[in-house]
Amino acid sequence: MARPREIGKAGWGWTLFSGLVSLVYFFPVLWIVLTAFKTRTDALAVPAKFFFTPTLQNFINVFYRSSITAGASQATEFPLYFFNSIFVSGTSVALAIVLGTLAAYAFSRYPLRGNDTYLFIILTTRMMPPIVVIIPIFLMFRLTGLSGTYWGIILLYTAFNIPFSIWLVKSFFDELNPEIEDAARMDGANERRVFFGVCLPQVLAGLAATFVFGLILTWNEFLFALLLTGVETRTVPVAMARTMGGEVGVDYGLLAAIVTLFLVPIFIVTYLLQNQLLRGVTFGTVKK
Amino acid sequence: MTIALQKLTKRFGALTAVDAIDLEIGDGEVLCLLGPSGCGKTTTLRMIAGLEWATSGDVLLAGKRVNDLAPRDRNVAMSFQFYALYPSLTVAENLAYPLYGEGLGAAQIRTKVEQVARVLQLGPIMERKPGELAEGEKQRVAVGRSIIREPNCFLFDEPLSRLDVQLREEMRGEIKEVLQGLRRATVIVTHDQLEALTMADRIAVMRAGVIEQVATPHDIFQKPENLFVAGFIGTPAMNLIPAELTGFAADNVASFAVEGGQSLTIEVDPAVARLAPGAKVTLGVRPRNLEVVHEDVPDGLSSVIDMIEPMGAETLAHLNDGRHDIRVVTDWRTPLVERDQVHVRFLPGSVHVFDADEKVVRA
Repeated sequence: MARPREIGKAGWGWTLFSGLVSLVYFFPVLWIVLTAFKTRTDALAVPAKFFFTPTLQNFINVFYRSSITAGASQATEFPLYFFNSIFVSGTSVALAIVLGTLAAYAFSRYPLRGNDTYLFIILTTRMMPPIVVIIPIFLMFRLTGLSGTYWGIILLYTAFNIPFSIWLVKSFFDELNPEIEDAARMDGANERRVFFGVCLPQVLAGLAATFVFGLILTWNEFLFALLLTGVETRTVPVAMARTMGGEVGVDYGLLAAIVTLFLVPIFIVTYLLQNQLLRGVTFGTVKK
Repeated sequence: MTIALQKLTKRFGALTAVDAIDLEIGDGEVLCLLGPSGCGKTTTLRMIAGLEWATSGDVLLAGKRVNDLAPRDRNVAMSFQFYALYPSLTVAENLAYPLYGEGLGAAQIRTKVEQVARVLQLGPIMERKPGELAEGEKQRVAVGRSIIREPNCFLFDEPLSRLDVQLREEMRGEIKEVLQGLRRATVIVTHDQLEALTMADRIAVMRAGVIEQVATPHDIFQKPENLFVAGFIGTPAMNLIPAELTGFAADNVASFAVEGGQSLTIEVDPAVARLAPGAKVTLGVRPRNLEVVHEDVPDGLSSVIDMIEPMGAETLAHLNDGRHDIRVVTDWRTPLVERDQVHVRFLPGSVHVFDADEKVVRA
């Protein structure tokens, strides 16, 4: 007679297998992080070196380096670019979450005539590849003077994130037991308190998940950032691309150092929210 | 405080969930709304609470029309089927929640919470979150939260439906005790007749948005007004046998021809005399008011024992003569053998006669 397998105890075979799969996925990250600590010679060595004397020179170069034209070492604009990335992504995703949550609650609790049609229309804005609309958006930004401004790119990213936020957050609201809201109404809560005091605390995990997903998408966005940001508002992905080429060919060590630094904020946010995130993505899979 | 419903109606699009019902619940009275799923009982309850707007008709609390008042302005407490505890708050915080709008001080709130916790024995679980509670504990907290504010009336939506049999019995007694201590107008929605029969002062049986009968538990069981109530109340269900009135042997002794040719002469309500011979009727008799005998009797029908279900102290026998399925409950000692040809005798005065309009014929 077969005994039911105990939950939480995988055999060695499976553990090894999942370890291998993880390694395959994690390898590019490992490669980049290792490269960031290599000298230029080590970085270009064939076959790739896994054991070498680490150097921090690449990281110093990100912020402070010499070039042939300028001669002596001088500060780069990277602190600004990092600030831009954090400010632009953070603001636009936060805005999208706020607006998306309000809209999602309305769609979930106060359905309009043709509610599903509206939701579908909102979804269609995410169906086409963004590159399709790049020209009209570029022209519109030129015309309105939004090109190269913080508010321009934040506006665009917010709009970009709202549909996703609405759909995701609505699904979290839909999962809630409406009896609890009715109970709050009976207990003297007005509609504002029902929303802020009863519904919102129950979907916090979902909001965290939505925030992280939106943040990753926006953080990595390149195309719009390339065309719509200026010298002052440039984000890291664009700045990174511009360090390629140059006078002395591709400096892989420098590039890897930028990427490694670029990973850190996302890593921190995801790490801090990991418990919420896990609850967010498994939301609704456990029966009430 | 009394609750009164006047011509209360609720439509959802083309569907009429509640159809012009009239009902009065007296001060301190416990009324059960009993009916099958989808009969409109929960919608009625939600209209009293103010969670649902009435399409037409009025809800009156203490004689005042409250149709346009929000739930929080009606001073009504409601306990929900799935308990509706706030998942992010502890038991103590859940209990205190309804008090925050009342303008009480922290000390007063604490006293009240402790008081309710004592009545419902919630002491050991006060700091737990709802997710860590057993079903019975959740139900207790839900009851506690609804009584803490001392509202004018109480509404319970299927309070025991999620509990297992043993807990249900326990909680039934507990809720009844709490309600007796409070003496407020109370409406309990349930589809479980045992719950209604044990907890209610009066029962309103609903079907398809209409109230079929309002009466005390005793009368609902003993004097059903129509076929629906007769068939719905009682386990096992009442036997309903189509028949035709053929004549009278005395003032209150009538003869019927049952489908299939058998005849039956039994004591009936004097009002049956109003009916003319030839009238189509339905005879209703409870399984416990039948007796299995082995000799032919005029006040009985012959049939064959089809199946025997022991129920412990009693035995449920299904009899089938090829046309009618008749259920009989006998003492467990009665010797019964499947496939036996037997007779079922109707105990005197136990037959309900329903006319062609499904209404009872009774003086």
